Amino acid sequence: MTPPDTLVEPEAPAAQAPGVVGRGPIVTTRKYVKIFRASLGERMAYRGDFLLGTVLRFLPMVTTILLWQAIFKSSGRSNLNRFTYNETIAYLLLTHISRMFSSMPGLAGGIAREIREGTLKRYLIQPVDLIGYLISYRAAHKVAYIVTSFLPYALLFFVCRNFFDTFPDPATLAGYAASLILAFLVGFFFEASVGMVGFWFLEVTSLLYIVMTLTFFISGQMLPLDLLPAPWSSFLKLLPFQYMAYFPAVVFLGKVKGTELVIGLLAELFWAVFFMIVARTLYRVGLRRYSAYGG
Amino acid sequence: MPIIEAEGLTKTYRVFQKKEGLLGSLRGLYRREYKDVRAVDDISFSIEPGEMVAFLGPNGAGKTTTLKMLSGLIYPTSGEASVLGFVPSLRADAFRRRFALVMGQKNQLWWDLPAADSFQLNREIYSIPAPEFQKTLNELTELLGVEKLTRQAVRELSLGERMKMELIAALLHQPQLLLLDEPTIGLDVVAQVAIQKCLRDYHTRRGVTMLLTSHYMRDVEALCDRVLVIAHGRLVHDGPLSGIVERFGHAKLVKLEFADGVAPDDLGRFGEVTRREGPSADLKVERSRVAEVLGAILDRHAVADVSVQDPPLEQLIARVFEEGRRSHDAA
Repeated sequence: MTPPDTLVEPEAPAAQAPGVVGRGPIVTTRKYVKIFRASLGERMAYRGDFLLGTVLRFLPMVTTILLWQAIFKSSGRSNLNRFTYNETIAYLLLTHISRMFSSMPGLAGGIAREIREGTLKRYLIQPVDLIGYLISYRAAHKVAYIVTSFLPYALLFFVCRNFFDTFPDPATLAGYAASLILAFLVGFFFEASVGMVGFWFLEVTSLLYIVMTLTFFISGQMLPLDLLPAPWSSFLKLLPFQYMAYFPAVVFLGKVKGTELVIGLLAELFWAVFFMIVARTLYRVGLRRYSAYGG
Repeated sequence: MPIIEAEGLTKTYRVFQKKEGLLGSLRGLYRREYKDVRAVDDISFSIEPGEMVAFLGPNGAGKTTTLKMLSGLIYPTSGEASVLGFVPSLRADAFRRRFALVMGQKNQLWWDLPAADSFQLNREIYSIPAPEFQKTLNELTELLGVEKLTRQAVRELSLGERMKMELIAALLHQPQLLLLDEPTIGLDVVAQVAIQKCLRDYHTRRGVTMLLTSHYMRDVEALCDRVLVIAHGRLVHDGPLSGIVERFGHAKLVKLEFADGVAPDDLGRFGEVTRREGPSADLKVERSRVAEVLGAILDRHAVADVSVQDPPLEQLIARVFEEGRRSHDAA
């Protein structure tokens, strides 16, 4: 089971009358909001750990910067497929922000483990929904992570400010924020869908490894997708994975604007909903199988 | 209205038969052989509110499978169950708020955190109002004597203490029905008795309906007036524990102590000699012949002491299972 949460102290009784057991959408939402808040409390306890982790995460950036410097120098050109040297470094820094929202370490593996070890029972016996629980939990972790790593990130971007030629206008920033929130949803529901495969296969470790390695490349985390040869770059931009790293980064850099931005965001929304339906469907079908054969 | 009604519950598992060795594994990739295993076979019973019922049976008899069907974890292959007025497999939230399932072999608490954190999470999941939650929690920790342990990481607790925490977690939302699967498995006698006592006290206090599986006779003797004996997926007995003795205990145990220091050799004529040690001997005698046999022995030998007992329940249950197996094999 996903590591649990230290819960916040019970607050004073709310408007709910004692003895009334909550039902209905408002109370249901409240339940997941509370799970969210509780998880948040737990995460904030590890601030120091976060700070160090964030700093260490950026050490490899130094080598990356040197590598791209060498690439641009030896190519003898000031830009590669619309990307200048500065933009490329800025892009790579920005994919870290994208991944901050879209990466879901241990989510798929965790779901598969709960299925295999039978701890999934908990969600079947108790009035709580697995996907609802997990998304509240993840959202809390993301918020905690973003809050605690805000300072180190701010410092880093300040140090690297020369790689950014302009600061985006408010419209672009709004689009950027939307693309990040959608990146969270695409990432969450994609990984959840992968985890549901555990209903059919007992061992998913190697599958997860392949998926994660592939995602790293085709999401544009390694290099801007535009730098790939012609058919590949447009092909990869049709896939949902670009929204987990590439898309938010290029939005920030102002490479996607106006109608193109709106269409991009709508496509991202489409993929979020698409994977949500896939995850839900796999969960439903998987549970039917689980209940029919095992349990 | 009964709390649980099971009507012809049947569960058949399809089990993959893996062939031996590498070649067998490869063959299994394209042609799989399955065997149908009937874990629960046409079981019907009903349980009234406030009853405490035990499910007895050897390993693999179908006890856990039945509990899983009643709690909605697995679907019956055929037959129907109605629990608290709901069809369990639909997993309605209203249904899930009103029962609890405790599995002695499965941990439901967060391993690395204090039990109190798991309790809080359950409070959220079941939307228990804070004052009510606190009251129930205090009552339960006091009943089980674990007030001081709830802030300690669960992994640091002993098995018995952990089981108590599991029970508390399951009872916080005050379920009307408590399903317990081997609640005392692996516990030493002291812890077993403590859990039994807690369950009994809670039952007296709240009148909650309980259905528990166990293969420890002690649990059953201590807790339940009614037992369902299940063997090889079939229900072979439904009634009071004493009914098992009447139905299956055809023989009585006659314990004899002879005055002349040594048990005579001719006891075999009266019945089966199950023990013979110096002056004392145990004799298994057909129930209807006890008086006649005792008379004959007293006529012939000088007897210092005599007692007539029912054979131990364990032996009886073993016989019930044996009979269940035989009728199962014959079918």
